[in-house]
Amino acid sequence: MAETSSALPAPPLDRVPLGRRLQNGAMLGLCWLAVGLALVPLLLVLVHVAREGLSAVNLQFFTELPRPVGEAGGGMKQAILGSLMLVGLAAVVGVPVGVLGGIYLAEYPSHRICAWVRFAADVLTGVPSIVLGVVAYTVVVVPMRRFSALAGAAALAMIMVPILLRTTEEMIRLVPGSLREASLALGAPRWRTALFAVLPVARSGIVTGGLLAAARVAGETAPLLFTALNNQYLNHQPDQPTASLPVQIYTYAVSPYAEWHRQAWAGALVLVGLIGALSILARVATRSRMA
Amino acid sequence: MAVETPVLNTVPAAVPSVAAAARGDAVFLRVTQAFALAVLGVVAFAVITTAVRAWPAMRAFGPAFLIRSTWDPVAEQFGAWPFIWGTLYSSLLALLLAVPVGVGAAVFLAELCPAWLRAPVSFLVELLAAIPSVVYGLWGVLVMVPWLRERVQAPLAAGLGNWPLFSGAPYGVSLLAAAVILAIMILPIITAVTRDVLLAVPVEQRQASLALGSTRWEAIWRAVLPFGRVGIMGGIILALGRALGETMAVTMVIGNRPEASVSLLSPAYSLAAVLANEFAEATGALHRAALQEITLVLFGITFLVNALARWMVWSITRRSGRGG
Repeated sequence: MAETSSALPAPPLDRVPLGRRLQNGAMLGLCWLAVGLALVPLLLVLVHVAREGLSAVNLQFFTELPRPVGEAGGGMKQAILGSLMLVGLAAVVGVPVGVLGGIYLAEYPSHRICAWVRFAADVLTGVPSIVLGVVAYTVVVVPMRRFSALAGAAALAMIMVPILLRTTEEMIRLVPGSLREASLALGAPRWRTALFAVLPVARSGIVTGGLLAAARVAGETAPLLFTALNNQYLNHQPDQPTASLPVQIYTYAVSPYAEWHRQAWAGALVLVGLIGALSILARVATRSRMA
Repeated sequence: MAVETPVLNTVPAAVPSVAAAARGDAVFLRVTQAFALAVLGVVAFAVITTAVRAWPAMRAFGPAFLIRSTWDPVAEQFGAWPFIWGTLYSSLLALLLAVPVGVGAAVFLAELCPAWLRAPVSFLVELLAAIPSVVYGLWGVLVMVPWLRERVQAPLAAGLGNWPLFSGAPYGVSLLAAAVILAIMILPIITAVTRDVLLAVPVEQRQASLALGSTRWEAIWRAVLPFGRVGIMGGIILALGRALGETMAVTMVIGNRPEASVSLLSPAYSLAAVLANEFAEATGALHRAALQEITLVLFGITFLVNALARWMVWSITRRSGRGG
């Protein structure tokens, strides 16, 4: 662990002139203020989400479809299930591409194409998610002539892939070379070494990466706005518009109705809870590997 | 790092022939390479399809698209300047707010924080990054904007309304609201990167400064921060890249008025916000092409900013690798 100023003994200030002493106190005090200021918005947002959300969330929220404007009650069942479907579909595409691509980068690092693949993954990470939504629109919505869960899942998969690519490559790199050598020395071909000796050791790290990627895309709204669109009703078919929790929250938040605002807070609470649960699951998976 | 040793059962009962092993290896190589190339292909394809779809607008308006101010779907007159202005202005304002607080918080975490407190506080700051953008937008539009309107903008408009910076009616939804919410969202990036950079500064720097009689603050300001300045700049530019592309929270609080204004109180528009609002409902072919061109502009801006940040990080790692 790096040694920092806090680890070093405090310099005695008794012989320092007053001006420098005051400056020292003032600037260090500002740093304490800065961290307090950094935590204030976190507190405000979480407290508001918890307070407004808890007062609005009930069993109905999870089991009923939205009611028309003016009627109290109703829920976001279709949005919650829709989100699960979208993340699931995205994972079906995103996980194989990301993991297998990561295996390639880790197993054949000397190939010249590797630098380009890593560059492409960096570009995908840095690009705003709405741009990926536009691409998914052009590639899926236009040929299919309809908004669909598949288009939404395509956009989300493009967000998941670079996360999984990088995680897989790093986790496989962490596996000690001696393991690989032992497997090869026993006569296993390179592909069996990679898939059955090295990959199982890296597996829990990759699963963690997958969970974190899922948590990330579960909260994405922008790419879904014109790919999966939204839906007032429950939808099981991947080729139809599908509701999702973030898009439903957005729709309700910008509306002028107080009842919808309440529902939006409840939705925000459920979304934050879902993402929190996935992140905690990811941490637990890491810790059990380290233990 | 402890790694469980697995049972090595890679060798089948009958050892495969060399030819079979080579075939298996070739298939493995081709399959994994194909998936890796798919990633490259997706990015190339994304750029090409967007450019192709944007071509009608590029042909109609030329490079002047970037500086024209009219956005009129009915008259089919499109110009991206209000969006570019809104995006850049709100992001730079957000940096102005977030950099002092973020660097200060990072200095606290790296230099002043007792060791036992560091992990919990770092965790809390990183929790800011985990909250989805739409939740920030919800809080922004229902809680922060009314508060800003009453407590900040109304007094500013009343007192300093004749300054260009504070002119216009205090609607609440404005560049100021967008800047504040962006600042909150990019704060964790600045804090995390700066904290890591400061923790990597060798302890000898601090020891030498303190040995020469500096106070703790002087040691930080003169010995530690300058040592890490390239990394800190890289973190700031990374945060800028994030702010430029932020969509939902900005859409909900920026006011969505396609007009470039200097006033903090004026509603504005950003590149990502116009895509979010108009893309699903754009009817004319030229309107859609203009939106695709905006997508291309946004892609280009964020790509350049992220490339700059990555180059800065690469140049420090290269320098430190040489023992700098």
